[in-house]
Amino acid sequence: MTAEAAVFQAVSHRYGKATALDEVSVAIPAGCVAGLIGPDGVGKSTLLGLLSGVKRRQSGRIMALGGDMGSARHRRDCRARIAYMPQGLGRNLYPSLSVVENLDFFGRLFSQPAAERQARIADLLVSTGLDPYPDRPAGKLSGGMKQKLALCCALIHEPDLLILDEPTTGVDPLSRRQFWELIGRMRVSRPGMSVVVASADMEEAAQFHWLAAMNAGRLIATGSPAKILSQTRAASLEEAFIALLPEAQRQGHKALVIPPRVPRPGPPAIEATGLTKRFGGFTAVDHVSLRIETGEIFGFLGSNGCGKSTTMKMLTGLLPASEGTATLFGQPVDAHDLRTRKHIGYMSQSFSLYGELTVRQNLVLDAQLFDLPEAGPRIAELMEHYGLAAFADSRPDSLPLGIRQRLQLAVAVLHRPGILILDEPTSGVDPIERDRFWQSLIDMSRQDGVTIFISTHFMNEAARCDRISAMNAGKVLAEGSPADLIRARGARTLEDAFIGYLEDAAGQPRKGPVEQIAPAHAAARAAGRPNRVFDPGRCRAYALLETIELRRDRMRLAFALLGPIVMMITFGFGISFDIEHLAYAVFDQDQSRQSRTLLQSFEGSHYFLAAPPITDEAQMQRRLVTGELAMVVEVPPDFGRDLLNARTPELGIWLDGAMPFRAETARGYVTGLMLQFFNELSVGSTGRQARLAPVNVAVRFVYNPDFLSVFAIVPGVIMLMLVLIPAMMTAVSVVQEKESGSIANFHATPVTRLEFLLGKQAPYVVVAFASFLSLAVIARVLFGVAIAGSPGALLSGVLLYVLATTALGLLMSSFTRTQLAAIVATAIVSIVPAANFSGLLTPVSALSGAGRVLGLAFPASWFQEISIGTFTKGLGFADLWPNLVALAVFALIFLAASAIAMNKQER
Amino acid sequence: MRRHLLHILRLGLKELRSLLADPVLLVLIAYVFTIGVYSVATGAKLEVENATVGIVDEDRSEVSRLIASAIVPPPFRVPVDITTPEVDAAMDRGRLVFVLDIPPDFEKHLLAGQGPSIQLDADATAMTEAGNGALYLQNIIAEEVLSFSGRMEGQSALPIKVVMTSKFNPNDDSEWFTSVMQVINNITILSVILAGAALIRERDQGTIEHLVVMPVTPVEIMLSKIWANGIVVVLAALLSLVLVVRMVLQVPVAGSLGLFFVGALLYQFSVAALGILLATFTGSMGQFGLLVIPVLVAMNLLSGSTTPMESMPVWLQDAMQLSPATHFVAFSQAILYRGAGLAVVWPDLGILAVITAVFFGISLLRFRKSILASA
Repeated sequence: MTAEAAVFQAVSHRYGKATALDEVSVAIPAGCVAGLIGPDGVGKSTLLGLLSGVKRRQSGRIMALGGDMGSARHRRDCRARIAYMPQGLGRNLYPSLSVVENLDFFGRLFSQPAAERQARIADLLVSTGLDPYPDRPAGKLSGGMKQKLALCCALIHEPDLLILDEPTTGVDPLSRRQFWELIGRMRVSRPGMSVVVASADMEEAAQFHWLAAMNAGRLIATGSPAKILSQTRAASLEEAFIALLPEAQRQGHKALVIPPRVPRPGPPAIEATGLTKRFGGFTAVDHVSLRIETGEIFGFLGSNGCGKSTTMKMLTGLLPASEGTATLFGQPVDAHDLRTRKHIGYMSQSFSLYGELTVRQNLVLDAQLFDLPEAGPRIAELMEHYGLAAFADSRPDSLPLGIRQRLQLAVAVLHRPGILILDEPTSGVDPIERDRFWQSLIDMSRQDGVTIFISTHFMNEAARCDRISAMNAGKVLAEGSPADLIRARGARTLEDAFIGYLEDAAGQPRKGPVEQIAPAHAAARAAGRPNRVFDPGRCRAYALLETIELRRDRMRLAFALLGPIVMMITFGFGISFDIEHLAYAVFDQDQSRQSRTLLQSFEGSHYFLAAPPITDEAQMQRRLVTGELAMVVEVPPDFGRDLLNARTPELGIWLDGAMPFRAETARGYVTGLMLQFFNELSVGSTGRQARLAPVNVAVRFVYNPDFLSVFAIVPGVIMLMLVLIPAMMTAVSVVQEKESGSIANFHATPVTRLEFLLGKQAPYVVVAFASFLSLAVIARVLFGVAIAGSPGALLSGVLLYVLATTALGLLMSSFTRTQLAAIVATAIVSIVPAANFSGLLTPVSALSGAGRVLGLAFPASWFQEISIGTFTKGLGFADLWPNLVALAVFALIFLAASAIAMNKQER
Repeated sequence: MRRHLLHILRLGLKELRSLLADPVLLVLIAYVFTIGVYSVATGAKLEVENATVGIVDEDRSEVSRLIASAIVPPPFRVPVDITTPEVDAAMDRGRLVFVLDIPPDFEKHLLAGQGPSIQLDADATAMTEAGNGALYLQNIIAEEVLSFSGRMEGQSALPIKVVMTSKFNPNDDSEWFTSVMQVINNITILSVILAGAALIRERDQGTIEHLVVMPVTPVEIMLSKIWANGIVVVLAALLSLVLVVRMVLQVPVAGSLGLFFVGALLYQFSVAALGILLATFTGSMGQFGLLVIPVLVAMNLLSGSTTPMESMPVWLQDAMQLSPATHFVAFSQAILYRGAGLAVVWPDLGILAVITAVFFGISLLRFRKSILASA
């Protein structure tokens, strides 16, 4: 056993102006469980991120696993020996993948051969008790189960260094206990493994072998729990920690005292009878009955996903109950009755205020929505009381969790509700902050008679409640005062009592035998797999992941395949440049035989459609302005006489120029008609064949003899669809991982940028290709547009084109941070050049200036020539190879640019 | 009532703050209404412009030279001389859209009154140019031949002088059309995306849950999102009309901008309601993006803002009457090009109002449901 798992030397880290770590130097011992303790936002996560190599080092030196983590080479070599589990329940898991699929994905990322992977997965599932649910999607697991699965995923490759960031925050006591038992057994079988854990829970931290207490980016103490206790002469680690804090922070902290409750008259504040909620076939809450008196603090205990939140939501009126009744102060809960809401202050489990508004703006908005009369003083009072004044103009996003929760509580009590419903309000909050929080709850309950209904995972908080109710799988297991419950179970502590209830409900307690996590494959691992520069297996892991996610997201798949078909049909029928039936009217001020003959030539043309004649000038203007007429033919007085006397009369043609294309076409038609008319005129007057049309211009519409728009539009739509949809699909694929947090897997595992990007791209290339095939069939069947040229050239063109367009989406995804930005950026970057500068409407040869450059700089114009060339013009490889080369170059450039934009390390 | 309005106002102000806090979106809005409008207006033209013509002149006579010299910019590029064997390759690669083949002894046959033929090949895959361009070339040839033979016989050219005037746009300049239509298309795109995304964002960030426990109604939430995002989009559109379209592109805007503003507000109301409606059908931003694209493209391309309504099949024209874009495009064309007033456009405005009400009603029903489901 080497002495140290990691050594930090003068490591500092900043986010903009904020300092997260300030010259931290520490040696973390190896082969044991080393804990980083301290409240939220003191730099624990940053320290772990740096240690794991997920975050980019800014200054100082970090040595781990025999090398410098600042060196890219060392990071690459040792990544397979590190496991990193980021903060947040199942944050690096993929919710739509099943338990086994998640594990399989991680196994592949570490290049495990199939047999080893399967054996390992089987081992881990049994030892964590997840084996009954191999096919359950990770998103449907309870919080505790998610964390166990995340741990399995971290352990699948038998790491030497296991880094866990607050793994048990928000997990119920039973699951927490099981989690640590699992780590304990793991350590028995692999004594060399070092575990570094961040925790805000001091009771949990007391079990660790070594601790480093942190505050404000600095270390305030290190050593074994016993040493820290003796240093501070404290009875518990929590007290020790508080004693270690600088004077200023400790200020005002005192032990909580809970005065006895004085019963108040009146109906119960909350009463529920047989409350039930079903989601489809799943019963989330099963006939829960509660009665909470006015001013009582009522605690709700239970594992994640047991129905606590659902019950709370039904009581607030957020969710309608499937069965049963609920009353507040004797009045039935009515989701639509806005008055109900004024009685209730509600704090949801996750932060649900506006991150883009400041603390004060959030409070002001809510005060306004509650129509509070004296909002100003009330907000000032709350900001003072909850210590928010210093943060009034900060955005909650930038504040530590504890302060955000204070803000949520301030917002919840803003309108002085009689009932507070708080869903795990202190999860992840540090001890001092939690005591503060509880102090204000106690004050409200005892002084103002506010009824408080709170759910929690902390046993010391549960012990402070007047009564508690333990829930499991939608049912209430037990109810009573904490002392009653301990007595009833004959337990030592409330935690033991509660775990006892849970174990009873779950049947016999499970204990996986230690030998089941034997390091059976250590030999194979120790031999060391060479870390290849490009490992198809890791690439395949991402491709499989993306495929499964896409297959489960039926809606996205349906849009991707049906959207282009719908558009092809609307465009094929809708876009047409065959202009006919232009509405026109005549304004004949002559009414002679000659004028009528002239006007007849318009009537005979199918290009024009006659509207009732015009009788005066004003009417002509009016009918043109309304858009009723596209054209007016104005014959001046004395037209006939002037014509006969060869005085060259004028014929006025008025066109509606609002739509220039239409006007232009009409001009051409009129000129043609007139030439024809002159010809007939001279035949009629002289009796011999005219000199006027001695030439016959034989127009041949090449490639498309009938001059049908579909032959140009349909190949164009294929070009358009194969850029918009594939780019849009890949655009969210990367950024989605950034938003959900699973991007941590990319940062923390040996997968390379290229493997990651190609894996993400592959399934969409397949989908886009399938989409092309469906469009080609529709083109043939519905529009009669067949492939006249080389199908091989077309198919290679399509393949290269969708490679380029999916890579474009990846590129957009690589540098944006939100899905919205990625979608909007992709839409704008692709729609304009594809629709306007690629030859869909205007031939590329007619473009000039910026339009031409934009067109050439985008793959769509190159593919348009292939699409038109093979469908309509009958071309093959010989004509189109330059385009194929260009598309391949686009694909490579986009991919390379995405790889550059993706950082293997976070900032 | 006053309370409701206050809530709508305040929630809307919040919405504005969120929008202002998102620099990416602001930059994109600025981009589409400036560079976006400019580049589309100047780059993509539907009129025959710069069309490429090749001439296979096997006659080398005075007439054939007259014809070649009459083919001039801007509709055409200066014609290139090519030989018969080069024709196919040039057309296949899309280098030439038109090829004119003047046969040997053309002038001789012409003077002999034998009515010789000229072959004109047009690349029919270039839809916007092939048809009109071929018409132009035919007319150019006819006119040149006419004036040539007229000169030979000592007669004046034409018995009638045809004076063609395009009202509202004397030069049939497509910039006038595309620039304004692009502004309108932008209103559609941004209103749908912003309103829909605002709802999805609230759902993703869990803030909708907070909103639902407040004494606010779904109508208030919806209206606030619509007005706040709408005012930004419509003001940006007006600015774009005045600064980019009128000042930079020098396009005269005929009618009342005030009336246009009123119509644009009503229109954005209906498309924003549509955006929210689409958002209620989708579970994530990714799905929303995929659903919204075909809807937007169809609304923009089939509303009469790209190609004339009358060239679509009747059933499609009828179907597009249900789209607010169709009516707004008609409304805007009447006001901005033809200088029409309320007396002319009220029917479009009326239909737009009805469609808006229907969209809003359906969206509201779905939105109510989705709020309960999301909580």
